[in-house]
Formats: sequence, C-alpha cells, structure tokens
Amino acid sequence: MFLPRILLVALAVFALLFGRSTGQAAEVQFWHAMTGALNDHVNTMVKTYNESQKEHTVVATFKGTYPETINQTIAAFRAKKQPHLVQVFEVGTLTMMLSGAVYPVHQLMKEQGYNIDWSKFIQPVLGYYMTPEGNLMSMPFNSSTPIFYFNLEHFKKAGIHAPPQTWDEMEAAVKALRASGQECAYTTSWQSWVHLENYSALHNIPFASKANGFKGLDTVLEFNNPQVVKHIARLAKWTQEGSMSYEGRTNQGTQAFQNGKCSMLTESSAGYANITRNAKFEWSAAPLPVEKGTKPLNSIIGGATLWVLQGHSKEDYAGVASFLNYVASVDNQVWWHETTGYLPITQAAYAKAKADGYYKQVPVQETGLKQMMRATPTEISRGLRLGNFVQIRTVIDEELEGVWAGKKSPKEGLDEAVRRGNELLRQFEQLNKQ
Amino acid sequence: MVDRSPVRDALTHAVLWLGILLVVFPIYYAFVAATLSLEEVARAPMPLIPGRHLLENLQTVWSKAHLGRVLFNTFVMAAGITVGKIAISILSAFAVTYFRFRFRMAAFWMIFVTLMLPVEVRIIPTYAVASNIIAPLQWISEWLYLPELTQALMGRRFELKLELSLLDSYAGLILPLVASATATFLFRQFFLTIPEELAEAAKIDGAGPLRFFWAVLVPMSRTNVAALVVILFVYGWNQYLWPLLITTTPDVSTAMITLRHLMPGPNDPPTWHLAMAGALVILIPPALVVTVMQRWFVQGLIEGEK
Amino acid sequence: MLKRVLFRNRYLPYYLLLPQLAITVVFFYGPATQALFSAFRLTNPFGTGSRFVWLQNFRQLFGSPEYATSLGRTLIFSFSTMALSLLLGLLFATAANRVLRGSGAYKTLLILPYAVAPVLAGVLWLFIFHPTFGVLSFIFRNVGFHWNPLLDGTQAMVLVVVAATWKQVSYNFVFFLAGLQAIPRGVLEAAAVDGAGPGRRFLHIVFPLLTPTSFFLMVINLVYAFFDTFGIIHAITEGGPGQATNILIYKVFSDGFLGLNLGSSSAQSVVLMVIVIALTVIQFRYIERRVQYEMT
Repeated sequence: MFLPRILLVALAVFALLFGRSTGQAAEVQFWHAMTGALNDHVNTMVKTYNESQKEHTVVATFKGTYPETINQTIAAFRAKKQPHLVQVFEVGTLTMMLSGAVYPVHQLMKEQGYNIDWSKFIQPVLGYYMTPEGNLMSMPFNSSTPIFYFNLEHFKKAGIHAPPQTWDEMEAAVKALRASGQECAYTTSWQSWVHLENYSALHNIPFASKANGFKGLDTVLEFNNPQVVKHIARLAKWTQEGSMSYEGRTNQGTQAFQNGKCSMLTESSAGYANITRNAKFEWSAAPLPVEKGTKPLNSIIGGATLWVLQGHSKEDYAGVASFLNYVASVDNQVWWHETTGYLPITQAAYAKAKADGYYKQVPVQETGLKQMMRATPTEISRGLRLGNFVQIRTVIDEELEGVWAGKKSPKEGLDEAVRRGNELLRQFEQLNKQ
Repeated sequence: MVDRSPVRDALTHAVLWLGILLVVFPIYYAFVAATLSLEEVARAPMPLIPGRHLLENLQTVWSKAHLGRVLFNTFVMAAGITVGKIAISILSAFAVTYFRFRFRMAAFWMIFVTLMLPVEVRIIPTYAVASNIIAPLQWISEWLYLPELTQALMGRRFELKLELSLLDSYAGLILPLVASATATFLFRQFFLTIPEELAEAAKIDGAGPLRFFWAVLVPMSRTNVAALVVILFVYGWNQYLWPLLITTTPDVSTAMITLRHLMPGPNDPPTWHLAMAGALVILIPPALVVTVMQRWFVQGLIEGEK
Repeated sequence: MLKRVLFRNRYLPYYLLLPQLAITVVFFYGPATQALFSAFRLTNPFGTGSRFVWLQNFRQLFGSPEYATSLGRTLIFSFSTMALSLLLGLLFATAANRVLRGSGAYKTLLILPYAVAPVLAGVLWLFIFHPTFGVLSFIFRNVGFHWNPLLDGTQAMVLVVVAATWKQVSYNFVFFLAGLQAIPRGVLEAAAVDGAGPGRRFLHIVFPLLTPTSFFLMVINLVYAFFDTFGIIHAITEGGPGQATNILIYKVFSDGFLGLNLGSSSAQSVVLMVIVIALTVIQFRYIERRVQYEMT
C-alpha cells in the first residue's frame, strides 16, 4: 500500500518513541542493590539456579543503591509494574511490613507447598525479620554482624599480644599504639549500628521501649541512658585527642583500616572479603569488645533481605518460591557464605562448612557467627523494629558528628538524637495507626 | 582591544591561566585516573601524572558497560529534549511578547512557574502519570458512566481499558523533561531586546506575524538557539533520577545510570580507573556539543551585530 | 513586559502557546498538584494508605529548629555560590574578551565544566578534597593545615560552595562573554577617545549594557543554587557533618527519597517553591526595572 512519505516518517518516529522492550512473561523479576564483586556473585547464583531447573527463570537486575532500589520499587508498585522480589536493607523492615504491598515469605512458602522448618534456621538471623508470633516476613539474603578487626603488625610494634576484649583493654591498647608512634589507633564504620544498636544489644540495654519496637508502634527511643552516654563520651575523648578518626557515616572507616591508617576497626563481618583483598599487612579479627564484667549477649544482624511483592499470578509465585527455596538450600548457602563473607542462614549450612574444615582455613569467618550465636536472643537483643529508621539513623549520624567535633557534649547529642528520633517515630505511628 | 597596555595584557593572561587551572584541574585528574591501573589508582593520594593504561581501560569499560548502546540511548534522549524544548519555547515566547491577549500574563507565569519545582521533587507523581498517560481518558469514561450507558443501550458493557505506558520508551525519557521554562525565559528576554523598528517595518510591509516570525525572529535567534542547544543537550545528557525511574531494563539505560553503576561502592575494589575511563567516554558528547556550539554561538553574535 | 509594536491576531497566540501549555499541564501541573496535595497528607510510601492531616506537616516544619538551621544554611550557600560564580564568570569573560590570540582555547577550556554531570563532579572534588585520599588534603596535611570537612561544618560548606560554583562559572562565563562581545566596539572606542579609562568605561558603558544578561543570569543562578545543587551535595557531604550542608533542597531529597517521608518532603517543596517564587518576583519587580533592554 502506498503511504505518503510523511506518514511513514511519522510512523517511524512514533515507533521509535513509543516502542519499547517488553520483558517476557513468567520470568521472576528480582531487583537488587549489590555492586561490584557481589553483583557478579548474585548473577552467578541466579545463573546456577536457572540452569538447575527448567520451569522458571529468574532475571536479576541491579538497580543502584538500597534507597534507589526501594524508590524504583515504590514507583513501579504505584504504576502496577512492580518486580516479584526486591532486596531491602534491614532498616526498611518495618516500612515494608506495614506497606500493604508485600506477600510474607512464610505464607508464600506454605501456600506453594513447601514445608519449611524455620527452627532449623539460625534464629538470630531470622529474628529481626519475624513477626512476634515467629512468622518470617522476608528471606535473609546478605546478613552480617559487626566484629573487631586489628592490624597485627601495629599490635606487635606496640607490644599488644592479644586483642582487647573489654573497652578498658581498648583504652590501654589505644594508649600503647599511640606511644608506639601510631597516630590513628581506632576507627569505625556504621557508627550507629556498632556503637548504639549493637553496643546496647550486647549489654542487654534497651535501644527503644516496647522491646526495641517489636511490641508496639508507640515505642520511644532510650539510647540516651547513662551507660551509652559514657561509652560515647569515651569515643569522643579519643576523637578529640586524635587517637580515633571519624571517617564517615557508612563504611569509609574500612578503607582507613585497610590502607594502614588506623590500627583497629569495628565493621561488618562482611568486610572480610574486602579487607582480605586490600590489606597489605597481617591482620585478624575478634568479637566486639564489651564492658568489663559483662556477660555479653548476641550481636544483632545487619544487611538486607528479599521481600516478595504482591500483585502477581500464582504461576509467577511458584517460581519465586522455588528460587527462595534454592537460596536457602545448603549448597547455595555454603557457597554464598564462603564466597562473599556473608553469614549462612541455616544451621545445616553452618554445620557443613564446619565439617568441611572451612573455619580451620579461615577462622575469621567464624568470629561473627560465634558472636551472634553465643546466647539466646532476649527480647532486647533480638534486633530493632522501628519506623522511619532510615531517617533516625541519619539523625543519629548527624548528632554524633556534632559530638565528635566537640560541638555538643555526648549527653546533649544523644538527648537531641532521641528527641528528633521520637518525632519521626510518632509520625510513623500516626500514619500506621489502625 | 581598545587600549594596549602590556601590564594589563599580562594580568589578563594571568587571570585566564588561573581560571583554567582552577576550572580544568578536576577534569584533568579524572583523565589521569582513567590512565592508571587498579593498583595505582588505589593509592592515597592518586598520582598526578598520567599512566599508560588508557586504551586498555577504555576497551574494558566499553564492553563491560555496553557503552555503545548507552551512548545511543542518551543521545536520542538529549537530542529529543533539545529539539522539543526549543521548538515549543520559541513559539510560546513569541506569543507572550508580541501579542496582547487576555491571558498573556497568566500564560507566561504558568509556564514560568515550572522553573520553581524541579523534576526531582515531583518525580513519583510524574512517574505515575507517565506509566499510564491515557489514564485520564479512562477516568472520563468511568465518570461518564460509559460502561453502564453502553450496557443499557446495547446490552453489552463497553469498558475502556486503556493503557499507554511511557515506561522504557524514548518518549518516556524525553517528554516529561520538556516541561520547563528555561528556554522560554531566554527567548523572551531576547525578543524584548529586538528593536521595535523591525516589527514596525514588517507590519508596514504587510507581513503577518508568522512571516515576521520565520523571516526575522528565527534567523536573529540563531545565537540563542545555539546557547540553548548547549544548555538543553547537557541538561538532558546529565539527567539521572528521571531515567532511573522510567527505565527498568538495561537496554534502555542512559549514560548517568551507567556512570553511577560504574563507580565502585565502599565494598568493592577501587576500580576508579574503569569508572573514570567510562566517565571520559560519557563526557565526550556533551563536551563536544559545548565546544562546537560555543564557537558558532559567539561568532554568530559578533556577526549579528554587523 | 511587552513590545511596543504588536500584532493583532486574536487566536494565533493561543495556538502558538498550545504545545508548551499542553506538555506543561500533563507533565508538570498534573504531577505537581499531586505532589503538593501530598503535603497535606501522611502517606505510606507504597501508596497503600494515606491520612489527611491538614497543616500538620507544615506546623512540624516550622516548629523544628532543624528547619530554621537548614534555611539559614541554604541562604548562605545560595548567595555565596551565586555571588562567587557571577563574579568569577564576569572576571573570566572580561579577561577572555580582551585576548586576541588563543582566545578560542581559553574559552573552550573554561566552558568544559559545564558539560560535567553533578554525579561526576562530586566524585572529582572528592578525589581532590577528601580528607583521607584527596590530593589537596595530602598537601594540607604536609603544610600543617587541619583539613577535615567530615567533622568541620564550615570547611564542608566551603567545599560544597566551591564545587557548586565550579559548575556554574562556565555557564555565566559564556553568557557574559556573549554579552560583552555584543557591545559595539565603536561605543567603547569613542569613550576611550573622550578620555574615559577602563574603569569608567566599564562602569558607565559595559555594565549597563550587560544588565539584561546579568538579570537573566541572576535569576537562573538563584534557581540553580536553590534547586539543582542537591546532586553535588549528595555526592560530597550528604548534608553533613551534623547538618552543616543540609540545604533545603537536599532535605527535600533526603526526607523524600531516602527517608520515604513523602508528606514532609512535599511540604518542604511547597515552602521552597514559595521562597523561590518570592525571590524571583522581587527580582522581576525591583531589579528588572533597572535593566536596559534597548540602547538609548
């Protein structure tokens, strides 16, 4: 048929502008935020899964940082184009739980016919993401817990023979390192997670009321208690005298450790892979120091989990469930743990790695696990469940920065953080009150 | 120019050299990073002189990040925004400066207000609009009880289920970003400086407004168009948040998304050499537009005065 | 402002305006009103539930000391950036205008930063200024100057002002240069013959003729400083340390995008929009009066 040329051009332009790539149906869309080497590992995991069976295909797409991934998911959800699985960081747990957009994992697996014994999982890892009744809402994917790394060469030079186990021993270590000529003795990554959240959990101090928020939305923050204030004051003193260096809000501290600037570091157990690759000196790891005379509890989890989103067909969910089952399988867990440094989530995986002699080769990898499993979690050391937690962490970061810079006293900083954090909690409560 | 004074000339050159140093150094440093190996780029601080791995880094990053496709997508997007915006803005500016009509000021401010709310702030509702752009038609049909009417009249329920999504399309990348007023404002400023005699002469000659527009205003606006091509192309090329939301598959990915993804996170090996090599490649099209158009635009200005 | 000589068609202006207005209504007013309405609600991020709360979001903003601090920081940041980038742009343009040989190279190099995206610019400044691995920090340390924008708010503010200015100087440079080169040489020569020195020539001839350009740039620079700078701040300081660089637009981005608090973020956008509209109206009413559009 003869079409006037201009119409053809118009059609071509229209096609160019409006044509788009369509995803195939029956693929499980999995959005995640893993960068660099971890990105490659996720792709390997997905590829292995896809090749292991013929019914379902998972497509993993890297979406940017955690906040970017969440925002794209929200936008997609509002436009009814959401993925099946999305990786969300632990501070987003309550937001996701109350969003009305998720399909709880325990329910999905049950309805798809998988009979999973959740008690065979490592409870401290799951506890953060369970309802009070013990039902798992999202599948832990990359979990870690903070541990203490130290530069063996610096320690030798300063005459320190064993890693400090208490904060008093830390103080002594700092002095010894400074005396041996080292300027920066200590730094930390993730200051809120390590020094407020985990410090409180280890010492069985409430971070917030109502069992850290698990028992109700009307929780209030309580981390401005005397013991925590004293701990922060100690760190502030070190910072102001130059023994401790504040490197940033996330894990910039790790870089300062691996390039030899600072001798001691508190950071996620998942930093192990990076430090192994980049540190050109002998180093080791130990559990986090605690106050003298404490019998420490378990440390709490950080990282991200996979949430299943509503709005898809039953066939699609069969694929999702199959993939999640694969993620939790022993072989995958052992491979993921040994390759990435993240913690395994099942006891069977832990046992297998142990039986394979893995921890004899890489003892550092067991440090985090042992620290996390050393006690049965109390209702305080279970974890945190707070609304607007991302913003609360930012508030804490801001106030701590003021304390490190000497602009406010530790008590003022923590009081202010509690005040501002409580406002955020009240807003969240108001929005989600039924 | 008007008076020659060696002292002032030297001072001028000194100022310019200082300016160039301040202004170009960061880009130079990025270039240096792109020429280093992984080991060299991880040093603190990074060396100041270039290394020898430029080609190798370029090759790696070109294939790893599919830069060919990405550059094409971004080019279509930036060009679409540029052409679209210039076209609609020059018409609007003409209407608002050369005609007196009842809603003149209202129209001007309606357009101008778009400068006051950047796209990032209204991004999620914009996404909702773009993901189903004919939703309004659907609401209208429901509001008019169309399904019920047709059922009553014809015994069959006729529901309008329209969905035209701009997701993952070039239109989606382009159209929402065309809705702002920089170009209109610039043209308006320019039109206000055009001597009244020109319009008067056109009217005396019996030329209608459109003839005046095409024969006088458009040619005179060449330099402003050149400036806008630079501004809008760079604006479109450097967009990050909007393309991030409106694209869901990697083959419609744009330059800034790719660039961000190339940057190593704190947990990754410091592959800044690859990130900077990619950054240089991604920097070339806007840099080219800026340099080429700048010469044309300034020259055009000089000629325009003769 | 309107031309003196006008055309008389009744309907043509509406047709001319139609494309831009159509796109503006669909892609700006639609989403913008939705965004603004959410300033009066508390919304669940996924949109599955929201609560109408009248002015609560606004009351909370105006009642919080952090917002007042942020406003102060924004004013400092915006006016510093604007002043610095306008001055430097004019300085470089004046210098480049005087140069006969090699001016092309100067111009090209001075314009280059304009092409650099905020995403990249932030990273480049970190390469230079980061306390741990930045090259200038290295020099500062050797000289004994204590450089730590991670803890020192003033230093952080200086850093982001410099970074934001860097990007904007090129833009101003181009426009000022065009404006300068549009000044007919004859006028300047006549003044020189009359005995006016470069200072007087600048003040009485060049500057008045530059007023349309300057006005345009002032408005655009202000809008840029208020709105387009969150990308750079996000890349360099993320609003820190403390809240030293937490300017209003960054707060909008951080509360909305990172904190997923859509109600508060929208309320802040409304306030920000009102502030910028007010500043722009002031500029139009009081400063445009002094702009000479035609040579007298």
